[in-house]
Amino acid sequence: MKWLGAALLGGSLLLPPFLAGDFYINLASQILIAAIFALSLNLLVGFGGMTSLGHASYLGVAAYVSALLTSRYGLGHGSAALISISGTVAMAAFFGVIALRATGLGFLMITLALSQVLWGLAYRMSNVTNGDNGITGLTRPAPFGISLDNPVAFYWFVLVVTVIAFAMMMVFVSSVFGSSLKGVRDQSRRMAALGFNPWLIRWITFVYAGFWGAIAGLLYVYYHKYIHPSSLSTTSSAEALLGVIAGGSGTLGGPAVGAALVLLLKNYASAYIERWNMLLGLVFLFIVLVMPAGIVPGFSKLMAGLRRGPR
Amino acid sequence: MQFWIIQGLNSLSLGGLLFLLSSGFSLIFGLMRLANLTHGAFFMLGTYFAAIALRSFDGLNLWVVAIGAGIIVAVLGGLFERLVLTRLKANPLGQVLVTLGMSFIIADACLMIWGGDSIPVPTPQDLQAPTRLFGFVFPTYRLVLVGLAIVVAIALYYLLERTRLGAMIRAGVDDRQMARAVGIPVSNLFTIVFCLGAGIAGAAGALGGPILSAYPGLDADMLPLALIVVILGGIGSLLGAFVGSFVIGFIYTFGTALFPELAYIILFLPMIVVIAFRPQGLFGRVGA
Repeated sequence: MKWLGAALLGGSLLLPPFLAGDFYINLASQILIAAIFALSLNLLVGFGGMTSLGHASYLGVAAYVSALLTSRYGLGHGSAALISISGTVAMAAFFGVIALRATGLGFLMITLALSQVLWGLAYRMSNVTNGDNGITGLTRPAPFGISLDNPVAFYWFVLVVTVIAFAMMMVFVSSVFGSSLKGVRDQSRRMAALGFNPWLIRWITFVYAGFWGAIAGLLYVYYHKYIHPSSLSTTSSAEALLGVIAGGSGTLGGPAVGAALVLLLKNYASAYIERWNMLLGLVFLFIVLVMPAGIVPGFSKLMAGLRRGPR
Repeated sequence: MQFWIIQGLNSLSLGGLLFLLSSGFSLIFGLMRLANLTHGAFFMLGTYFAAIALRSFDGLNLWVVAIGAGIIVAVLGGLFERLVLTRLKANPLGQVLVTLGMSFIIADACLMIWGGDSIPVPTPQDLQAPTRLFGFVFPTYRLVLVGLAIVVAIALYYLLERTRLGAMIRAGVDDRQMARAVGIPVSNLFTIVFCLGAGIAGAAGALGGPILSAYPGLDADMLPLALIVVILGGIGSLLGAFVGSFVIGFIYTFGTALFPELAYIILFLPMIVVIAFRPQGLFGRVGA
């Protein structure tokens, strides 16, 4: 049953380039990017029990660094990507040291404060970041000489990265290290008594999540060919967190589904109304009050109930 | 010299505003273990109420409007606490997310109703003339604001340390279950404290109006400052909020005046230093 579902999902990911028009292929690319981002946040929220409200920092900083290096300093995409990823990971390592001095709500507040500081910087340092105008006129890379400018090529590129990302995060979570991470989430003191170092386990996870956040950021800036301070905003972090929670934090695929739903909602809603932030807030209230475990676990529970037959 | 003195006063008045904002945040966090991310939005609501009320009605003065804004925001906060937050008692993460969602709703509603342009809040007429002190000229309103923040600080201290209600709140902060067991209605205290915190934030927003004016994004500007203040001062500590507010007020004002582009990085530094050496904050208690 589980494998059937996975096969169906995998099959449907291969379909868009053959069936759909450019609009839907682009939408599918955006969904995959949002899914990588939500999955990386889920490493922290779901498996590590560390609710971060500043995950947009990694997406935004990686995107800004790549954008600046390629547009202003004329670097090639390969070296720009390398510098941007290593820089973002270094930042995650540093932020991790600060934020992990606290746990729970303290951690949440510190991550939020740090990301707001970056957001403010992106707005105010306008001679570097171009402030509210954002950085325009960016290009997409051409790996192995294949141009990614057409939507289909870009979709295949994002799909390959997504599959690698999903596989690597799955390996991370189901490894021995992943088990110790879950142990630290549930029983930090007992894990410490068993000789594990909870702080180090959390910190490694934090950095790893930052790495995949950076990858999502690169894809994000490649897709849009444009970057604006709003990519660093609390709204951006909150959208990802909503995806994680709506999809079911701590499940493997749930956050990807949640992120897809949030993105679709955002796209369709903004076609009709301008009030995306209000809708986002209302959805937050709805999910937390009505479906606290998320949509995917809620759905599996429903399926399990159906399989057992009517009572 | 004039520059340093004027900026010093600006720092003090921003510090006063930050204290009004963060004391409520800290109070709520201390008792309810709730990081109220709506706090910046409450502040902004207060500013908008003041701007609109003063624009629409001639005879009003800012003090009345500030009290009115405080009461309205307190009532809104109380409703939010009663109708939404109490349902999530066992789910602290859910509570934070709901306050975040609420802040988006309020911010977007303000944008929808009052538009994207900033609306000025006039300085009260009798305070428009500058004050001369030791040969220097000070904007009177800012001096009054600092005084007000100190008055509120003393009133809050008195409330918490010298009244029956304060004793009950302190008991709830120290040991919620024990407080319940001896008959203190902790749930009602939650509502009272939440209303109080929201009300102070709303009144602070109105009072900050003449300096900041009402504009969309004011909430997102103020909330991180409040967060940094309470992380610095120690979450749940009134003294910490007081000291932290003025420290951040100084750093932010001088940072913006001297290195306008780096003000945000300079804000970060004290927070990092304090967290590195005292993760619970300057005046926070371990385990609080």
